[in-house]
Amino acid sequence: MIQFLVHEKKDTVGVAVVDVKAGESLEGRSLDSNETVKAKANMDIPLGHKIALKDFKTGDDVVKYGVVVGRVVQPIKQGDHVHVHNVKTKRWA
Amino acid sequence: MAINKKIMAYRRQNGRVGVRNHVVILPVDDISNACAEKVAAMVPGTLCLPHAYGRLQFGEDLDLFFRTMIGTGSNANVAAAVVIGIEPGWTQKIVDGIKKTGKPVEGFAIERRGDLQTAADAARVAQKLLQDASEIQRTPCDFKELYISVKCGESDTTTGLSSCPTVGNVLDKHCEIGGMASFGETSELTGGEHIVKAKAANKEVEAKFTAMFDDYQKLVFEQRAGSDLSESQPTKGNIIGGLTTIEEKALGNIEKLGKRTKFIDALQPAEEPKRGPGLYFMDTSSAAAEAVTLWAASGAVVHLFPTGQGNVIGNPIEPVIKLSGNPITCKTMREHIDLDVSAILRGEMTVDQAGDALIELITRTANGRLTCAEALGHREFVMTKLYRSA
Repeated sequence: MIQFLVHEKKDTVGVAVVDVKAGESLEGRSLDSNETVKAKANMDIPLGHKIALKDFKTGDDVVKYGVVVGRVVQPIKQGDHVHVHNVKTKRWA
Repeated sequence: MAINKKIMAYRRQNGRVGVRNHVVILPVDDISNACAEKVAAMVPGTLCLPHAYGRLQFGEDLDLFFRTMIGTGSNANVAAAVVIGIEPGWTQKIVDGIKKTGKPVEGFAIERRGDLQTAADAARVAQKLLQDASEIQRTPCDFKELYISVKCGESDTTTGLSSCPTVGNVLDKHCEIGGMASFGETSELTGGEHIVKAKAANKEVEAKFTAMFDDYQKLVFEQRAGSDLSESQPTKGNIIGGLTTIEEKALGNIEKLGKRTKFIDALQPAEEPKRGPGLYFMDTSSAAAEAVTLWAASGAVVHLFPTGQGNVIGNPIEPVIKLSGNPITCKTMREHIDLDVSAILRGEMTVDQAGDALIELITRTANGRLTCAEALGHREFVMTKLYRSA
């Protein structure tokens, strides 16, 4: 059973498809290549929320659907919960 | 496959195919709602459409008002219409617009008669129209004759993974067999506009879309008062569902457009498609009730509505079919969800299979099965207003 999905191979975040608990080792799938992707959750991540697939510095782009969907506003570790507390829009700002 | 099967639907005088058989009581303006509601109360079975506008509008906003009123009455899901306004001028303009479809329509003005006499006169006509409409039979029509509109709401990350790609799959199949469909939500394409532009059938269509998109961006920028709109876009519901930015929301939204279909025109709000079968962009708000009201006014007879966190919207004119891939929503709000596609998230269903299931459900809905929103009495009729009245 998979715990997260990744839209495209070059995405830097995945989406939890079940409620994930801190410390769990996760198996995900890339929707475009059907490849298996591994991750480890550093914190609880609710269903539908994003998990970091790499380390990010402030100012880095976040890629989902193969497209930039926002900018990092505080450092993120691989396995962290990625959401409004650490990523903001690049539009209308 | 279901998409090649016949549906049982209503063929109107102008050849258009509808899936419902409403007799509408249409108030021209806010102050005529009370009289129109009296008519509907005297003749149960008619459908009253009260709304908040119709006085002292001008310019482009007035044009949109008439387009919405006339388009609503002209929709193929409407068998006949009674129009009630405070004065005869605008009332007759709407009657004349609806009359072009060939369907029965009559107008009544309240001035010089008052609510009670007007309601009594209008009710006698409404009763006859309702009885006549009840004799109209469904006849075999082709699935491709359905004009389908699409828009999602209360999105989350599951919509981009499951319910929106399901709708995209249906749009590809529908447009390939010669069907007509429309998408919109101008503000919620922000961050994916380059993908939408690449789906324009030619440079002229791309330029038309770009002008509408840029116009909306300019408005947002001018009205934002220093905000990045993060209080409104994504919505609080979107954020609970895991969506972080407007860009992420837009990319999920765009999954509804399918993989192969190009759009052949960019329509004004409530404008009727005139370039034949194919996919059309319409310049709409991203607020669900406003947008679906505009599509119904442009002639759409079935709406497909992916939701993540559970938007409960319905529309009085076109049935709204809701689908969700969020297992929590499908469980906790099951009276609102017509199709559960959460098996996609578990890897137990492909998008193509979900698309076929949706086509089957559209067929049943077109044949007369009530949607969740219809059964629950959701009849959100919300006019779009462009600016203040005179």
